Amino acid sequence: MIGKEEETHNPGDVVFQVRDLTKIYKMGEVEVHALRGADLELYSGELVVFLGPSGSGKSTLLNILGGLDTATSGSVSYRGKDLTGAGEKELTEYRRFHVGFVFQFYNLIPSLTARENVAIVTEIAVNPMVPEDALALVGLTERLDHFPAQLSGGEQQRVAIARAISKNPEVLLCDEPTGALDSKTGIVVLEALERINRELGTATAIITHNADIAGMADRVVHLSNGRIADVKENRVKKSPGELKW
Amino acid sequence: MKALNRKLWRDVWRMKGQVFAVTLVVMSGVATFIMFISTIDSLNLTRNTFYRDYGFADVFVNLKRAPESLKDKIKNIPGVNQIETRVSAYVKLDIAGFTEPVTARILSIPDDGRPLLNRLCIRKGRLADPAKDNEVVINENFAKAHGFDPGDQFAAVINGKWKRLTITGIALSPEFVLLMRPEAISPDFKRFGILWMGRKALSKSYNMDGAFNDVVLTLYPHAKLSDILVELDNIVEPYGGFGAYGREDQISHRMLNEEFRQLQKSSKIFPTIFICVAAFLLNVVMSRTINTQREQIAALKAFGYNNIDVGIHYAKLVILILFTGLILGIAGGIWFGNMLGAIYMEVYRFPYLIYILHPEVIIAAILISVLSALAGTYHSLRRAARQRPAEGMRPEPPAKYRVTLIEKTGIGRRLTQPTKIIARNIERRPVRTFLSIVGIAVACATMISSGFFKDSIAYTVNFRFVLSQKEDMTVAFAEPTSRKALFELKSLPGVNNAETFRNVPAKLRFGHRSYKTVINGIEQDGRMHLLLDENLKTVPVPSSGIVLADYLGKILGIKAGDMLTVEILEGSKPVRQMPVVALAKQYIGVTGYMDLTALNRLMKEGDAISGAYLFTDSNYREKLFRRFVNMPRVSGTVVRKDEIRNFTEVQARAMLFFTFIATLMACFISFGVVYNSARIALSERSRELSSLRVLGYTRGEISYILLGELGLLTLVAIPLGFFIGYWLCAYIAQALASDLYRVPLIIEMKTYSLSAAVVLASATVSGLIVRHKLDHLDLVEVLKTRE
Repeated sequence: MIGKEEETHNPGDVVFQVRDLTKIYKMGEVEVHALRGADLELYSGELVVFLGPSGSGKSTLLNILGGLDTATSGSVSYRGKDLTGAGEKELTEYRRFHVGFVFQFYNLIPSLTARENVAIVTEIAVNPMVPEDALALVGLTERLDHFPAQLSGGEQQRVAIARAISKNPEVLLCDEPTGALDSKTGIVVLEALERINRELGTATAIITHNADIAGMADRVVHLSNGRIADVKENRVKKSPGELKW
Repeated sequence: MKALNRKLWRDVWRMKGQVFAVTLVVMSGVATFIMFISTIDSLNLTRNTFYRDYGFADVFVNLKRAPESLKDKIKNIPGVNQIETRVSAYVKLDIAGFTEPVTARILSIPDDGRPLLNRLCIRKGRLADPAKDNEVVINENFAKAHGFDPGDQFAAVINGKWKRLTITGIALSPEFVLLMRPEAISPDFKRFGILWMGRKALSKSYNMDGAFNDVVLTLYPHAKLSDILVELDNIVEPYGGFGAYGREDQISHRMLNEEFRQLQKSSKIFPTIFICVAAFLLNVVMSRTINTQREQIAALKAFGYNNIDVGIHYAKLVILILFTGLILGIAGGIWFGNMLGAIYMEVYRFPYLIYILHPEVIIAAILISVLSALAGTYHSLRRAARQRPAEGMRPEPPAKYRVTLIEKTGIGRRLTQPTKIIARNIERRPVRTFLSIVGIAVACATMISSGFFKDSIAYTVNFRFVLSQKEDMTVAFAEPTSRKALFELKSLPGVNNAETFRNVPAKLRFGHRSYKTVINGIEQDGRMHLLLDENLKTVPVPSSGIVLADYLGKILGIKAGDMLTVEILEGSKPVRQMPVVALAKQYIGVTGYMDLTALNRLMKEGDAISGAYLFTDSNYREKLFRRFVNMPRVSGTVVRKDEIRNFTEVQARAMLFFTFIATLMACFISFGVVYNSARIALSERSRELSSLRVLGYTRGEISYILLGELGLLTLVAIPLGFFIGYWLCAYIAQALASDLYRVPLIIEMKTYSLSAAVVLASATVSGLIVRHKLDHLDLVEVLKTRE
């Protein structure tokens, strides 16, 4: 099945290549097998949703893809470069220039305004957007000088998305981006992600346990028990506005 | 409550870094408190025991010569309990292997060997045979300084005749716990000693058979000292009395009192600083802990624990954190107290040191620290106790921030986002920021205060011995001598120049205030003994009138231009009114200065001198000493170099100890404050910093945000510390000022920079520890959790 997927994509478009990835955590005296040999490719410009119950290994996978964590065995390469053996310094650089992150709890800096929360990333990036443009993409032109405490949850998450894309990353990794939001606000956030993916062509991986979100993806990857159980291609993508949960 | 207590221990263990920081500060506070108080109590008890066991007298008087029959008259003064008459004289010694002349006071002991008062504590050997005029007991400091043992001998000029004396014993006396030559500025055990000889033998040498020239008394409790002094003065007046005085003016007793007073002041200043800092640290720690435990508090309340249970739980946490500091502080205080006591014993001679730590002192230390800790954390404890269960279940609302004032000035555009984070965090908690700055500043100030002692002593030495009193040697005559002696001195090989002086004891009176001191008559156009004002400008010696030490002006409440009453206590005892022409700066002792000629005119004694200041050729010094030893009218010499060395040596030991303690404490405070702030900041903001790491910030970049803030606080704190340090030193200088000496408020650049360096170093150490933690932030974990 996986092989079949590969055929439809140009090999030059591979952003991530994951081979036989395992991750074992030691929690005190217990070993937790978070990933048990996962294989996967991610292609540029596509929007992939990772579905799975909690403990299925989807967050671990995302963390390894994002350079936040390292695998126990197996390999991950980004654009042909091996991330598995990368050191602390290379991983920081990788995150700094190539990956955009969106978190469940937004993780904005409370002491910075919306504009500044974006600027904190553009200041260290190589070829960034202007922060105002990034915020315009998520529809927050009116809220530039508001502090996180003055923004709603949905607005905060959109600031986080603007922050993530403002460096013009190759790939956007979103960990339960709607997890802390009600469905209406969640859809606004997903619309922002969909727009970015469509307009900028940024490869986007969204982790969720909400199966309804899968409808907006190009491909849906199901994880269970640390393995990739199933990869499904959506013939017809739904727009976030059509999603319901 | 058992489970709750277990939580308590685990909370403490989890906060061990901060607990350690608080412990250091509490320990310092308790240790200094116990050290000072126990040293005061121990020295006091030791002194009182020694005084009681060896019959220290209450009243002292010297006179020229009085018949023994006068004794009964004195004894009949109401209030007088015991009386003892003595023969006393100053003698010059010649000690083999020691070229300089040595002065000693020789005192009689009753022929039965048992003085009624000021009894001797024989440390080695035996009492002198009362019949033998060549046997003496000497005091211990003097013996140690020269390495004397019973059986050793030295020569002495007794009433003009050389005599070889044999040491029979070495003793201590309550009268000479601190041995100092009158008018000296610090003890000099090599050049001044006490000798005791049998009354019969000594009387014979001084033609004092059936007579005495020294009386000591004890009084009944509740006897009125001032009345007795007046009556005693009246009785001995016809016999050349030099003025009776009580213990308070007895030099050894006075110096001890002065030491106690200093300890007492220090015991208030330093522990207070530490306890305040400790209370502040606990405040920060507890408010953070209670913040992070909101949900736990909510859960406890949901289970049915009431407000008091919760309040007590957190109060227990405060006390538990204090506990180690208290225990270590008490142990450290005892250790330091013993050390300090031993240092005092080097100079102050007691037969033994009774170290005592009253249980009340420990209780007081516990109460003071517990109460101030609870006061410091009261607000947080109350918040914990009063928190409503549902409130804790909801997440804490996001922290509110504002654009800072500094950004509004337009600089804001140029600031990077990390710098803005620093600025806004500092401004968001102005009180905590302010207290952290003050805390670090106090550490810096503590350090300055320790350096201040060194600086002010160096300045005093320079002022007195280099700028003001330039002579390199002073020769004192046994009795006022004709000015002609000057020519004899000047003709000695090695004497380059000489200027004469006359010292006269006097009582100075202005209004209802009076002070007994010495008037120093010096040559008006002399160049060796200069009077200086605060700005080191020369104060000219007036041809008439008197110049007073500035502090003496303060004691008498007199200023330049006022008329002073001078009662001379020697010779024909004239009483005169004269104007105070100027006040001169003086740091050691308080003296009046007059033109020598004017003083002699007042004394109606012709041109008499007490001695001379000399400029000498150091190549001839040994020869000069020998000459002086052999000149009968010379009673002793003082060499400036020795005086400086003695003064600094005596101060140095205690000073070194205090500097060591203060440096240690300053390190503890600054480490405690900086580490604590860093640790709290880390726990409050690890999520934010981890997010930044995830966004691609390097370890160095996020460290800048956290440590940059602390660095900024430290940099602001240091100048403030200089300022507080200056005022602390000013306060100390003012608190320690007495007529014995004043501490000039001099703080050298070196002290400021050393203090800044110590603070920076300990801030850096705590910064590095936090940096280590920053490098190990768990990036994954923090993204999963809601704040």
